[in-house]
Amino acid sequence: MATNKKTIAAGVLDWVDTRFPLTSTIKGHLTEYYAPKNFNFWYFFGSLALLVLVLQIVTGIFLTMNYKPDAELAFASVEYIMRDVFGGNIIRYMHSTGASMFFVVVYLHMFRGVIYGSYRTPRELIWLFGVGIFLVLMGEAFFGYLLPWGQMSYWGAQVIVNLFSTVPFIGPDLSEWLRGDYLVSDATLNRFFAFHVIALPLVLLGLVAVHIVALHEVGSNNPDGVEIKKHKDKETGIPLDGIPFHPYYSVKDMVGVVAFLMVFFAIVFFMPEMGGYFLEANNFVPADPLKTPAHIAPVWYFTPYYSILRAVPPIGISQFPGVVAMGLSVVAFAFLPWLDRSPVKSIRYRGKLYKRWLTAFVISFVILGYLGTVPGDIWGQFGPWLGRADRATVLARICSVVYFAFFALMPWYTKKDQTKPVPERVTYK
Amino acid sequence: MMKKWFIQAFASLALLVSGMALANEVRIDVKAPISMSDKASLQRGAKNFVNYCLNCHSANYMRYNRLQDIGLTDKQIKENLLFAGEKVGETMRVSMNPKDAKKWFGAAPPDLSVEVRARGADWVYAYLRSFYKDDTRPTGWNNQVFDKVAMPHVLYELQGVQVLDHETHTLTLEKAGKLNPEEYDQFVGDLTNYLAFMAEPAKQSRLWIGVVVLLFLSVLYVLVKKIKVEYWKDIR
Repeated sequence: MATNKKTIAAGVLDWVDTRFPLTSTIKGHLTEYYAPKNFNFWYFFGSLALLVLVLQIVTGIFLTMNYKPDAELAFASVEYIMRDVFGGNIIRYMHSTGASMFFVVVYLHMFRGVIYGSYRTPRELIWLFGVGIFLVLMGEAFFGYLLPWGQMSYWGAQVIVNLFSTVPFIGPDLSEWLRGDYLVSDATLNRFFAFHVIALPLVLLGLVAVHIVALHEVGSNNPDGVEIKKHKDKETGIPLDGIPFHPYYSVKDMVGVVAFLMVFFAIVFFMPEMGGYFLEANNFVPADPLKTPAHIAPVWYFTPYYSILRAVPPIGISQFPGVVAMGLSVVAFAFLPWLDRSPVKSIRYRGKLYKRWLTAFVISFVILGYLGTVPGDIWGQFGPWLGRADRATVLARICSVVYFAFFALMPWYTKKDQTKPVPERVTYK
Repeated sequence: MMKKWFIQAFASLALLVSGMALANEVRIDVKAPISMSDKASLQRGAKNFVNYCLNCHSANYMRYNRLQDIGLTDKQIKENLLFAGEKVGETMRVSMNPKDAKKWFGAAPPDLSVEVRARGADWVYAYLRSFYKDDTRPTGWNNQVFDKVAMPHVLYELQGVQVLDHETHTLTLEKAGKLNPEEYDQFVGDLTNYLAFMAEPAKQSRLWIGVVVLLFLSVLYVLVKKIKVEYWKDIR
């Protein structure tokens, strides 16, 4: 009987395999995909980003069942979800917390790529797909933020769409075309809803798929930045420092997943507003096109770029330079594979010069992030000798210069840096 | 030792002097007495809200029967809080037309369902306690935390009349109301407590669900960690 059953299962698998590459896909991506055995803490964030993506899609589907993309009904429908839909408050908080945690995880994932040189040859395309994911994610977050139709949703969207109106000549027409109206309105809400729930998620899923396919083609980098494929077992052809993703990294990632979920649900259940950083107080006031809030700030994950936008002085009355600088600050990551000319990949074998630049960049990024959440005059003004410039603005300018110098001077300082010898094989324990 | 004693003595003396000078001063920089476990306070607050606020301010997202969460039965809600033939499953609407309200007051009274989430409970508590007489305003009232507010002091019969000292920026009670200052603070304290409840009625339940979820995840963490260690034993 037992042998008979086995034959049936094997037969079914055979039947599928002759029609669809099931077994070979499982082998190629899981059981016989060999990942370096020396992954550390930083390597959890790739799988966690995938987890958050799934959480966002699933909670998003349930939110869509009750949300109404209509300027008259949107705010009320969110409160309906919070009060009358069974489990609605938890689903909504999971989605709002998930948006912020998506950026936390993606920023840490990108930082991992930077410190271990994961963008270097032969992984440039993985990196470019990743930058694409990051850009689409920013769009996704921006469109989604309008949907609750609170004051911050409304005026945040107004400010961002107006950025396009600074483009010379076509600007005003461009922003009107984006809004579908002379100001952010019902038409804008409807199209943002369409972008948020279908257009961008489709692009996102496609990009994530090619990101992973490209990764599995060339194989993962590791904290030592050495290629494990250089040393293979002569008989089996398996990298000596590689271990099958499943079961080793599937069980290891489970630990990361549960630890992450503990943080995630602690926020969801005990501090969903996160002190106003995840859900802003002003967004509990329904959108009012006639009442501009005194202080408009984007959500925390956009604030470093928003700070750069504000820091760049206008030319004449045109704010376009700031808008260009903000765009560049985001796109700059895409050029890293060609800016980095160090002979080593990993920070473990880089010299002091690079480490100092990286530290300066991280500090600038964090300061810019903070300054983007507060008004420009938060620390008052300098005396007349500095033209009574806002102190915070001056600091934001200095940080912006450091931010761009990190990229612009990278070919120089990575070449000049005193690197250490790189081991032949990965270091483990 | 001596120094510490001196500081204490000085501090209590200073307190005594300032207390004498400002016997009637009303402090507004205090925390709102929020307690979701104090069901009696929440029920009093609900009654205050329905009696004093719900004529002009709606709470369009709040259903009357949600008051079950603060220990009221449908029957109690119907008998004590519904005056215009509403059903308990309905939300707290007002019949005033926002356009008329704008004409009368200069601004339509905002819906109060989530007001505490927008402003914070401490602000609401301070706001309700810092109305003062101001003859330059169309209503005859102004407010220290919301300058040139459109709303008149609806509760002045209870609180009495406060005046603002424009130099020290302090409020003093000029004419007593039906309630003494402690009673009035308790009245608006209950009201603020209720507004905080109404802003997120499901908050209490999410807190205990959160504890259960985190306990579950802690156990799960120990298990997955054990599995991981077991699998990774042979990796060197």
